[in-house]
Amino acid sequence: MTTLEAVSRTATGPRIGESAPRPDGVPKVTGSFAFSSDLHHDRMLWGGTLRSPHAAARIRGIDVGPALALAGVHAVLTHEDVPGSPTYGLIHRDQPVLASDVVRYEGEPVVVVAADHPDMVRRALAAIEVDWEPTEPLVDPELAADAAPIHPDGNVIRRVHLRHGDQTAADRQDLVSVEGTYEVGMQDQAFLGPESGLAVPDGDGGIDLYVATQWLHEDRDQVAACLGLPDDKVRLTLAGVGGAFGAREDLSLHVHLCLLALRTGRPVKMSYGREESFHGHVHRHPARMHYRHLATTEGDLVRVEARLLLDGGAYASSSSAVISNATCFAVGPYRVPSVEVEGVVVRTDNPPCGAMRGFGAVQTCFAHEAQMDRLAVTLGMDPVDLRLRNALEPGDRLPTGQVITGTLPVAEVLRACAGHPSAAVGPDDPMARPGGAGRTADVDDVVRGEAVAVGFKNLMFSEGFDDSSSARCVLHRGVATITCACAEVGQGFVTLVHQIVGEVLGVDEVVLAPVATTSIGSAGSTSASRQTWMSGGAVQMACESVRRELLARVAATHDVPVHDLVLVDGRIFSLPGGGSGDDYLPIDLSLDEVTAEAVEADVVHRHAPTLPLDADGQGDAHVSFSVSAHRAIVDVDPDLGLVKVVELTTAQDVGRVLHPLQVLGQLEGGAAQGLGLAVMEEVQVTDGRIRNASFTDYLIPTALDMPPVEIAALIEQPEPGAPFGAKGIGEPPAISSTAAVAGALRDATGLDLPRVPVRPDDICLASGSALDEAD
Amino acid sequence: MTTSEDFSLVVNGSHRSVVDALPGESLLFVLRERLGLIGSKNACEEGECGSCTVRLDGETVCSCLVLAAAAADREVVTIEGLASEEAVLSDVQQAFLDAGAVQCGFCTPGLLMAVDALLDTDDEPDELTVREAISGNLCRCTGYGRILDAVDRAASARRTQVTL
Repeated sequence: MTTLEAVSRTATGPRIGESAPRPDGVPKVTGSFAFSSDLHHDRMLWGGTLRSPHAAARIRGIDVGPALALAGVHAVLTHEDVPGSPTYGLIHRDQPVLASDVVRYEGEPVVVVAADHPDMVRRALAAIEVDWEPTEPLVDPELAADAAPIHPDGNVIRRVHLRHGDQTAADRQDLVSVEGTYEVGMQDQAFLGPESGLAVPDGDGGIDLYVATQWLHEDRDQVAACLGLPDDKVRLTLAGVGGAFGAREDLSLHVHLCLLALRTGRPVKMSYGREESFHGHVHRHPARMHYRHLATTEGDLVRVEARLLLDGGAYASSSSAVISNATCFAVGPYRVPSVEVEGVVVRTDNPPCGAMRGFGAVQTCFAHEAQMDRLAVTLGMDPVDLRLRNALEPGDRLPTGQVITGTLPVAEVLRACAGHPSAAVGPDDPMARPGGAGRTADVDDVVRGEAVAVGFKNLMFSEGFDDSSSARCVLHRGVATITCACAEVGQGFVTLVHQIVGEVLGVDEVVLAPVATTSIGSAGSTSASRQTWMSGGAVQMACESVRRELLARVAATHDVPVHDLVLVDGRIFSLPGGGSGDDYLPIDLSLDEVTAEAVEADVVHRHAPTLPLDADGQGDAHVSFSVSAHRAIVDVDPDLGLVKVVELTTAQDVGRVLHPLQVLGQLEGGAAQGLGLAVMEEVQVTDGRIRNASFTDYLIPTALDMPPVEIAALIEQPEPGAPFGAKGIGEPPAISSTAAVAGALRDATGLDLPRVPVRPDDICLASGSALDEAD
Repeated sequence: MTTSEDFSLVVNGSHRSVVDALPGESLLFVLRERLGLIGSKNACEEGECGSCTVRLDGETVCSCLVLAAAAADREVVTIEGLASEEAVLSDVQQAFLDAGAVQCGFCTPGLLMAVDALLDTDDEPDELTVREAISGNLCRCTGYGRILDAVDRAASARRTQVTL
């Protein structure tokens, strides 16, 4: 016997491709899992933040005296108490830790307080006297570029001008043209676990911060700079993360907590309430987008022109990367020989915007899919056929000039989704109709619509970013300890680690070391659908390195050729006749025996390098891509403008399914966020002020709003260079779902509906609505 | 600052005294910060998200909306008391794990309390009944699909148990 099959597999531990149990599952269902807001220290104080009530104002003076005089108040700190860099930021450090002379958005932090009890914190915040001089806020992004700068860095955060192919195609008269202007409202990530953390001073000038975040090491760098401390004095440990979706990529209370703890010499805990959370993190960029599509009468896309304007709000955050993504993926997963896109993201006095699941591709998908549906109508073509005719394939060029060298099954996801049988039933049950428990919709008035949409985006960071993840594997007495700073935010990376260790080493006893900046180098951000590839890949590399060293060790100690040895299910066997004859005794060793002395590997995993975009937006800026399609079926009551999404069907390009249940969870959860943006979710901002900073007024889908999500297909085409061939899967479900629901609403109502979220008024008060026609 | 009179709560069958609380403290705050029962969650603290759901004399309530002192001497059951003493996990908790209904886990305790209460009164609920019963519990990760599957599994397990 010379093959691996000769050795029987006996172990049943988690392997790649299985729905392994979550290692944090039992503590999460019993309530013992410690999220960042659950942290407690016997000597701790509570922290709180005074925020600007104005979207724009000068600060003429701050009197903290009355607050400091209150019993139980231990510290009241302003910008004067920030010892290091006065500003921070993810890409551009343009945001004050605490505002000094001006504020640029409602909710900007101005003063922080530490006291014995949350009620004392509230009283102290109320006692602080700030002499405000309100100024006229700059709230219209259309005016920002030409307005007086509201920040020393100017009002244009980034402009990307992409030109691809023959630009004279713009003047061709033989083409069919459709134009439209589209808008996307400001969406909130609405993770359930509020921003929170605990800072503990070490008594020696250093600080330990326990916090929920997506990117521990980046936070550490920014916090240390603001505290004016060397990196080794600032130690961050990941606390339990109650969801993220992009909103934890920026700092929130991190520096404030450390300032208060260092000043008081006491541990300080801070936990935002929901209203404060809406002011305390960045949102998805609102967008205004103008498109013109030119196609032949047969339906071949010839040229797409787009102007994209994103409102970045008061500070830059990751806006410059978001506008790049929006621009690069502006035309969707279609082959377009001539493209011109101008993408601009500007600074205003609106709430700051940054990362959210889909990262720029959500906004443009809504627009390019609306355009494709319009083009299909103009050409008299089936909308799915039009998409299939123009679908990108491997070997094609993107508008950035980059050739797709990996997998990209655009046609496959479209066909699977469009061809999947629907299980949707009629709106017979009043509870299932638009309006639901309100029982407002008469069944005879309800109209049904259906549409398919497709969207794609990049996986991992782009434009030449040196992206890496570090991992360590120590195998000792048969137990594997994995250290990696990847932030588990709910996605199930901790499960995947067990699967990878099981797959590579056959070890089922796996310990995950605490995730901390002191234990290992950066894993990069839990964002951009990158951790399965980057940190999963790092863990795989570390385990494979341990495996090689282990087999070499056994080969040396037993004088056996290394290629005769196999490691299967936690044992090392020799394969008799493995090429070297049978001149040694058969080997059958447990890992427990051979790792009495630990075997260890430390690795850094990088993906293939990318390049910056040039002045025309051209360049091999991206690593890999993933595509998804959704079909939505909706019921609408045109009289009241009420909507019920009846069914969502999806197909997605996943590379390889590593964990069937977790894949399902990502696809369903992402679709829910996409549905939310389509029909209910918007941070409503008037004159720079958020009007609905609560879950009473900012609605996210409930179990009654979400329809069943049918999985038409998971397209498994292994991605070259990706660990196990798997693509990141988190973001695509949030991209094409919004566009599909909006398309279905257009199909049902006959209205243009150029803006999401689609509000009842947009339907029932629209001119040319079904109601008008009925009259 | 004045404190309220000391009182005691009956939490998961045990008498717990609450000393030096401020008058305005919610049941949620006292459970989490004074009694160390962190399982009830603080996602909105305004009665909209259901993450702080506990049973108070058998009824499900948002513990963020209940004044702690008003719950004095009443029976409070939290997620920490959901499983019987012999079992590590209740049927609903096991079903949530088996179905893949847990992602970040922040909504999970509140949902488990809501589902447990539903199955106490109806162990064969149809899908719409389940959706309505948990519509006061927001989840941002799952889109509810796996949670609905978990409720099916738990209902089935409870029916089997009752038959036995």
